[in-house]
Amino acid sequence: MNFSTFMSFVSYLKDGISLGAVYAIIALGYTMVYGIAKMLNFAHGDVIMVGAYISLTMMTKTGAPPVVALLVAIVGCTLLGVTIEFVAYRPLRKASSPLAVLITAIGVSYLLQNLALKIFGAGPESIRDEQKIISGSPVVLFNGQLAISRITILIVICIIIIMCALTWFVNRTRRGHAMLAVSEDRDAAQLMGVNVNGTISLTFAIGSALAAVAGVLLFSAYPSLTPYTGSMPGIKAFVAAVFGGIGSIPGAMIGGILLGIIENLAKAYIPSGSQVSDAIVFAVLIFVLLIRPAGLFGKNIQEKV
Amino acid sequence: MAMLEVTDLHVYYGVIHALKGLSFQVEKGEVVALIGANGAGKTTTLQTLTGILPAKRGKILFEGQDITKVPAHKIVEMGIAHVPEGRRVFSQLSVYDNLRLGAFTRKDKVEIEESLSMIYRRFPRLEERKNQKAGTLSGGEQQMLAMGRALMSRPRLIVMDEPSMGLSPIYVNEIFDIIKVVSEGGTTVLLVEQNAKKALSIANRAYVLETGNIIMEGDAQQLLHDEKVQKAYLGE
Ligand SMILES: Nc1ncnc2c1ncn2[C@@H]1O[C@H](COP(=O)(O)OP(=O)(O)O)[C@@H](O)[C@H]1O
Ligand SMILES: [Mg+2]
Repeated sequence: MNFSTFMSFVSYLKDGISLGAVYAIIALGYTMVYGIAKMLNFAHGDVIMVGAYISLTMMTKTGAPPVVALLVAIVGCTLLGVTIEFVAYRPLRKASSPLAVLITAIGVSYLLQNLALKIFGAGPESIRDEQKIISGSPVVLFNGQLAISRITILIVICIIIIMCALTWFVNRTRRGHAMLAVSEDRDAAQLMGVNVNGTISLTFAIGSALAAVAGVLLFSAYPSLTPYTGSMPGIKAFVAAVFGGIGSIPGAMIGGILLGIIENLAKAYIPSGSQVSDAIVFAVLIFVLLIRPAGLFGKNIQEKV
Repeated sequence: MAMLEVTDLHVYYGVIHALKGLSFQVEKGEVVALIGANGAGKTTTLQTLTGILPAKRGKILFEGQDITKVPAHKIVEMGIAHVPEGRRVFSQLSVYDNLRLGAFTRKDKVEIEESLSMIYRRFPRLEERKNQKAGTLSGGEQQMLAMGRALMSRPRLIVMDEPSMGLSPIYVNEIFDIIKVVSEGGTTVLLVEQNAKKALSIANRAYVLETGNIIMEGDAQQLLHDEKVQKAYLGE
């Protein structure tokens, strides 16, 4: 392997990490909601799309700078996530079949897509360079052999900050411990005085705020937005969460990044890879689950004495 | 006025009528035992007291306040702690974090620390294992943790569901000694047990539960020597 083929491998790897880090941010929302509310929120991917539309609308309609638009999107998606939980999922929490809430989540997903279609049209929308959350020329290394775009750098910084903040929150704060308690044993948590509904709302708030961040980053990296934009990254992030071990925070992060890398390398090195990359992603998932049914970081339930 | 007054309590699981009009009282400072065979409704009674299960009918008064419809997460702040059946410690969290969760509703930092050292004095083994995950403790140690966690809320009434279940005889004795100490410290105790002999030996009064009804009540010593009780619950 000569230097330039090596550098092109590094370049694909870098793009994989960047895409995977966005999957990871989305997967964190999936995994936290699953861990604490014990449900798959299939509308999570569509919250990403709403976040991107909110930030775009802010910029085009009010001329807000991208950072302000991002903040508005975060607030908007947080409210949206908490509202969805309160209106659609909470009434079903005591339903006898977990299918009820799963089907509701799929319904919410279609509702969001169709509302976006009604309000924003079928698109696709694009953004100008100065509307991106970060713009400017890429950072060039090795005499031009490797170019790293600013958005890639920003995405990697974001995932590191998010990971550190979440780990600190869950393991070091009182509310974080309440989350872990609810995730393990809802009734026992209530006996400690933990409000389960409140804790689940907080989880949805965090997950949806992260979805807004992911939406804005994704739209800046791949500037094409339609009402269906959130759906595929949402499914991939779900796969990433399962891959890493659903319910596990480090699992979502590693799962997301690995998924992004696998997808990008498959596109680059396998003949007609861009058509079959998704199939390869799912094949890897199945393989991992065959060997480790709980995913890479899945917890094996401890036997109590 | 009794500290806890339960009147005509009815509880259902779907169509199953699990509690069929229970009435009983616990006076401040007492140790009251609730005994009965497996499936009699002991756990259901305690879970209804602390709001985990809803009552279909009846009334629960605690210190004169109606708590029948108070949600589970507000009960502990009112002064009742529940040591659940099967211990239910948070196995992924450390012993220390479990104890801190016991004080979840308390805001007084200094006094929480005092409670913690009091618990560590009472259960030295918990201090030795404070950084260990609760799931790695033995059954007896987990029971101590569940009790310590409940005591961290500084309850005026503590309800315990089969604290001796599945423990070796040495641990059983230790657990009952601790219940005595807790009671002598001024906390009122409502104790559910299948180990009727042990429970009656430390209780002031007791109720006997059978298929959702109280069929006998009285002084614990008296029940301990009652022929019917001996036959049905003491295996004699
Ligand atoms: N989750 C449940 N669903 C349906 N029936 C239940 C449930 N839990 C308990 N029961 C029934 O209610 C009755 C009382 O149970 P329980 O309170 O657990 O008894 P105990 O604690 O005295 O062993 C039993 O007949 C039991 O079968
Ligand atoms: Mg029981």
